[in-house]
This record gives sequence, C-alpha cells and structure tokens, in this order.
Amino acid sequence: MIRQFALPTWGSKMTEFITAILTSLSSGAIYALMALAIVLVWRSTRVINFAQAGQAVLTTYIGYTVIQRTGSYWLALVVAVISGAIIGAVIDRFFMRPIFKRVKSGPIVMIAPVVATLGLLGIIQAIIGFIWGLTNQSIEAPVSTGGYKVMGKVIAFSSYNLLVLVAVAIAMLLLTILFQRTNIGLALRASAYSPEIARLSGIKVDAVRTLGWAIAGASGGLAGMLYIPGYFLYPNAMDLLLVFGFVAAVIGGLESLFGAVAGAMILGFAINFSTTYISQKLFFPTAFIVLVLVLLIKPSGLFAAKKSRGA
Amino acid sequence: MTLIVEGLTIDHGAIRAINNVSFKVPQGQLAAIIGANGAGKTTLLRTLSGLKDATSGSASWNGVSILGKRAEDLARSGIMHVSDGKSVIAELSVKDNLALTGLWQKDKKAVTEATNEVIELFPILGQRLSQSAGSLSGGERQMLAIGRALIARPKLLLLDEPSLGLAPLIVEQIFQTIKSFVKKMDLTVVLVEQNAMGALKIADEGIVLNLGSVVAVDSAEKLLNDPAVRSAYLGF
Amino acid sequence: MSKQVSTKKRTLLFVAFGWVLLLLGDRVGDLELYQGSFVATYALAITSIILLTGYSGQLSLGQSALMAVGAYAGALTIFNAGLHPIIGLFMAALVAGVFGLILGLIAARLSGPYLAGTTLALAISLPTLANQFPILGAEEGIVFDVGLPPARFGEDFSQYKWFFWISALASLIMVWFIANLLSTKYGRTFRALRDNPIAAELSGINVGRLKVTAFAISSGVAGLSGGLLVMLISGVSPSAFPLSLSFALLGGAVVTGLYNLKGVILGGLVLVAIPEIADSLVSRIGGSEGFITTLPGFLVSALLILAVVFTPNGPGHLIKRHHKK
Repeated sequence: MIRQFALPTWGSKMTEFITAILTSLSSGAIYALMALAIVLVWRSTRVINFAQAGQAVLTTYIGYTVIQRTGSYWLALVVAVISGAIIGAVIDRFFMRPIFKRVKSGPIVMIAPVVATLGLLGIIQAIIGFIWGLTNQSIEAPVSTGGYKVMGKVIAFSSYNLLVLVAVAIAMLLLTILFQRTNIGLALRASAYSPEIARLSGIKVDAVRTLGWAIAGASGGLAGMLYIPGYFLYPNAMDLLLVFGFVAAVIGGLESLFGAVAGAMILGFAINFSTTYISQKLFFPTAFIVLVLVLLIKPSGLFAAKKSRGA
Repeated sequence: MTLIVEGLTIDHGAIRAINNVSFKVPQGQLAAIIGANGAGKTTLLRTLSGLKDATSGSASWNGVSILGKRAEDLARSGIMHVSDGKSVIAELSVKDNLALTGLWQKDKKAVTEATNEVIELFPILGQRLSQSAGSLSGGERQMLAIGRALIARPKLLLLDEPSLGLAPLIVEQIFQTIKSFVKKMDLTVVLVEQNAMGALKIADEGIVLNLGSVVAVDSAEKLLNDPAVRSAYLGF
Repeated sequence: MSKQVSTKKRTLLFVAFGWVLLLLGDRVGDLELYQGSFVATYALAITSIILLTGYSGQLSLGQSALMAVGAYAGALTIFNAGLHPIIGLFMAALVAGVFGLILGLIAARLSGPYLAGTTLALAISLPTLANQFPILGAEEGIVFDVGLPPARFGEDFSQYKWFFWISALASLIMVWFIANLLSTKYGRTFRALRDNPIAAELSGINVGRLKVTAFAISSGVAGLSGGLLVMLISGVSPSAFPLSLSFALLGGAVVTGLYNLKGVILGGLVLVAIPEIADSLVSRIGGSEGFITTLPGFLVSALLILAVVFTPNGPGHLIKRHHKK
C-alpha cells in the first residue's frame, strides 16, 4: 500500500520534539506550584489540603475581579498572591486548628483532616457559585499566547508559556532563599521535622504552621493566575490541577520542596511525551501509571526523608 | 526563685501517672528525681514544661504558676526542657539546631556570645557545625541538646535522662559537665534519671519516685547512704 | 456459641427488614421506589468504604473507579455477551473484586497519603480509559439493561419496583454477607489491625495479606454497587463516575460513622435526600442560577464538616457516649 502522506521530515520531527520538551517544562512548572502548596501544608500540619483547589480558584476569581475593575493583570497577580496567603492563614487558624482540637483520638484522626478539607473545598466552590455564578469566565494573558516560530513552523510554546516558566522559577528561588537562608525558614523547617523539639526551643509552632498555610495559599494563588489564562475560570477549574499537584507531591515524597518540583517535572514530561508520541487519550492514565511505577519502587516517593515519621 | 510543686496529680489516659507529688527546688540547686522505669518521671517533667496537662495540684516557678501554659511560652520565660532520648532534629545541621533557641531572642549579640560559650563547653560541637545532627553519636547529640537549651540562657533546666543509651564513660563525662556548668551559670536544675547513682552524686537533693508517688525526699548525700534507698534504687 | 446465635439473629433481622421493604414497596409510588433504589445502592457503596477505611484503615479516594469497573463488567456481560442480568451483577462484583485484588497488592505497600494519592489518580484516569477501547463505547457509553420485570409479577409491577427489588435485595444480601464476615474471627483481626496495626503485626497477624483481602472484598462490594447504579440510570459511561461521587460517598461513610455498618442506610438516605432538600429550599426562597446549582454541594460539604466536628466517630458513637454519661 502506498502511503498517502509524505513521511514527516526530520525538521518537523525535531520541532515536535522541542515543543514536547518546552510544553513539558511549562506544564510541569504549574504542577510544581500546586505540588509545593500541598507539600508545604503536609509538612507543617500532616494534612493533605484538598481545599487548596478551592482556595486557588477563589484567589483567581479575586484576581479576575481586579482585572475587571482596573484592567491590570499584574496588579491582579499581586492581589491574588496576597489574598491567597491571607485565605490560607485564615483557614488554618479558624478552621483546621479548632478541628484538630476537637478530633484528637480514635481512628477518625486519619481521615478527619481529609474529610474536613474536602468539605471546605465544596463550601468554597459553592460560595464562588453564589457570588460569581457558574458561567465560564476568562482571563486574558498579559503577553502573547501565539506560539513561537521554530524553523519556519509555529510550535505550541508562546511568550506566555515562557512567562509561566520564568515566574515559577522566580517563585522557587524565593522559596529556597526563604527556607534555607532565613530565620523564618529555619523555624518552618524545625516545626515541620519535629514540632515538639521546636516548641521546647521556644518556637511558636502554631503560628509557624499558619505561616506555612499562608505560603502554600500564596503558591496556589500564583498557580491559579498562571494556569487560568490558557483555560476558563469556573468554580471547579482547578480540581484537576490539584490532583496533578498532589500526584506530583506524592511522587516527590511529600516532605521535600525539591521533591515536589522534581515530581512535577517528571509528571509534566511523562504526560506531554506520552500524549505527543503515543496517544492524546493517555493524558490521565499516564499520571496514574507514573505514580504507581514510582511507588512500587519507592513506597514513600522519590525524596522522602529516610526515617518514617508516622501518618 | 524557687520551683514549688504541690499536690500535683497527672493522668495518662485512664492511668494515674503522678499521684499527689510535692517538692521544692530552691534557686541554684540541682534536684535529682530518681526511680524505676514507669515511675512517672518523664510525665512529671513533660507537665512542668507545658507539653502535658495536669489533672490537679499546682506548680510554680518564681511565684508564678507554670501549669496550663504553652511549652513555647515557658521556654521563652527561661524554663528549658531537654527531653529524653536524643532530643535533636536529625534533619537539621548542628548549627541550625543550636540556632533554634536564638531565633526569638531580641539581643542577637547575647545569642552569639552564648553560642560561643556553648561551643567552648562542648568543643566537639564546634568541629561538627555544618554536619547534620543525625550523623552525631549519642553523646554528641546529648551535648547538642543541652547546648541548645543553654543558648536560651535558662533559669530553670529540666533534664530528662541525659544518660539514656550512652556508654558508661560518656555518662560520667556528661554528668561532670552538667555539674560544672550548673554551678557556673547558677542554674536551678531538675534532673530525671534512672541512673540513680550518677544523678545523686552530682545532685544537691534527691527525690525518689515510685509508681507515681514520692517515697523519699532528702539531701542527695543522705539518700546515697540510706540503706533502704540503696537496696531499692541503687542496686547494692 | 454466642457467635452462632448472633449470626442466626442477624439473618432473621435481615429477612424481616427485607420483608418490611417489600411491603413498603407496594405502598409507595414510582418516585419513592426509584429513590429507594438509589438509597440501597449508595448504602452498599458506603459499606465498601466502611469495610476498607473503617475496618482495615486504608483510605481510598477512588471508590468511584472501582464502581466503574464493576459497572462496565456488568454491562459487557449483559449487553455484549447477552447473559442474564443477575449474572451481569455477579460479574460486576467479581471483576471489580479481582481488579481490587491487584490494586490491593499495590495499596498494601502504601501508607495514608500515598494510598490516597494513588486512588485519587485512579479515580480520574480509569473512567477516561473507556475512551480508549471501542467496545466500552467511549463517551456515549453502553447500555445497562436489566430488562422488564418478569410477566408473572403482573401488569401493575412497574419498572421502578423492579429496580427497587433488585437493588434492595442485592444490597441486603451483600451487607448481610459483610456483617457476618466482620463478626467472625476475620472481623476481629480487622478491628485489631485498625485499632493498632503495630500490635496486630506483633501478635502474628499477616497485616499485608489482611489489607489486600479487605481491598479486594471492598472492591467487589463497590463493583456491585456500581452495577446497580448504572442499572438505575440505564447505561454506563465515563461521566457516570466523577471524582465527586467518590467524595460524596466518603462523606456518606463519615455521616454513617466509619466503624459501624448499622447506619449505612442513613448514609444512603442522606446522599439521596440532600439534593431533594436543596431543591425544595430553592423552590421556596428562589435565587440565582449559581445559587440553585451549588446549593446541594454546599449542603453536602457543610454536613461533612459538621459530622467530623460533632460526631467524629459517627452518630452511633454519640449515642453511646450519652448513654455512658
């Protein structure tokens, strides 16, 4: 049988490959922000915060409103990140802490935080529906979303994707400096590794935890403002991103910030390469397969702390 | 400044861990609380440092009640608890472990001074500053834990089993070091120990706990020579 | 000896309860029958969660995926292989159980959040796999038809009553089976595992095998409830098993009390009742489109949080506690 179409040339294969790498990086970067938000909360309070999807989408709605009023994406970005931090802190202080005080014993302890954050997710999304309605909104990207031209062909990587990459890289850098070079970072690390010793050393662990929730909230807010311009804004818009962020965090071992980023990148590359080279329909199954493969080899993820720490 | 404990009772779930315990530790004194495993020594200390709630009774330091306060607030007010085992954060470096008690102090110059004094006291820590605390030996970890507490410039030091799991030679060394800095810094110390012999040797006063109750309070010297105490708790 | 008596008692209780349902089914309309079928189906799905999470201490967020496996297996048996609907439901439980066995082997190695993450990834990825295979009918799905009620029940016997009979009977038998299982030595080892895994391991219980067994049985139960669910909506498609279903069922299990099979009907009732309550609320007070659509979600979520805060160990536990005082 004669092929009806010419075989792809070397050049188009090359651009396909480059595109796959670049899109892997930019989607991995977004997963990384969400994974960081998950890990930050997990480290400080041993809770998988499913409400993060709601928090992030709520802050994006706040950003959307700022854009409606002022027309400035950049102002909206700043407002979203700050409100993300405030919402995170408020949730820890006035929601999670009282629940932990009430639910102290019995096997329910294992699932109470999960159920509580799932419930909170539902409530936040419902409130968004009450306020903004359910119709899809959109946020226009601040820079061009038209793909770059490589060797005469337009590829699926734009100035906007580049902006996402740069923004995430800056956020990582700031977080690394915060955690490794500042006193607050030391308090955050100490409270995460051993709350009791931190407490006996005079560190206000409860306040430090709230700070961890705030940083996570800010990270989620940034994720929302970077993710939504390519899609639509609606109450459930970030649910899938939360799942991918969680999966990335688990791949990375849940404890380490570096692991979260690495896990996100692994996920980004696996998904983009399998959908580019095998089948578009493998988008979701790839996430599951990668996760299972990693956990079969290392049941606590790639960068988990060596000694197991309960829960 | 005196530590006064009166009628203190502490429950551990359904179990009464400490029953109506009273004692006093005047300033500058080192009191050793001795007794067998399960006597409630650690529970008592955890309550004094705010990690655990008491059921009834009172405890005060310098005339102010310390029950029901949060551990971090007590720590900042000068009551430092070095918990049992190797009370260091293994994932952090030695330097970071030492820095924990300096984080909240306003006077950073004093923190630097105190840190230097601690390194003078335990030179080995100075050589290992950038290593992770998890890589230290048991004795070194104990020194690190005590050193971290001393940087907070405590008034009252609560030491839980500093000899636990250490080789006899190192135990001796740790006890001698404790004795020397306690005198130098005019610290008030509550030392909980299963190693009754070693603890009583450096203590001013001894309190013997059995099944959550005080069975004897006396000067350490007298307890060391008391035949009943010797046979029951010192093993000879 | 007392064990045997209690088993007999339980069987009598279930038969009596089934009889009451039967009589009740003759006295209510089609809408109530249809809702009753959903209550039975959800109660069964909640049972699978209680068995897995409450008894073996494994938290799964992917129960909807296991239900989907059962639903597709059942639909293929009936639609493609042309076998009897009862065999279809049986296959739903069996295939999901085998699938759960494989998954359980992976799950037994994983602790809390790692298992939650894996099952969550499963819940989002498995239904989309249906798009990969033409035999599964892609987005359209395939029909799940149990057929008309047998002619010998008479003309008056409606399709909804038939649904109710099938779902109530299947659920009763399955819950009866699980309740018996949990009252045997097996059930006691489950409880030992849940209350203190380390002590259980030290006392010679093969924790890994027990966890895998729980996972497999729970999956089988979930598969059957998945089959029943798509029977009620007459077809199976990826969209029949959204992630929100897993979450709602987990909520139902918390409302029921995670450590108690007795309340599963309450959990099923709550899941069916909440959209109805929201509807009647909305028709009374009105509101924007966003308000109307999101109100049920709001109520479910609020209930979840209230359940965790006020009766963390289930309503049964609350009653017991008041008794003591």
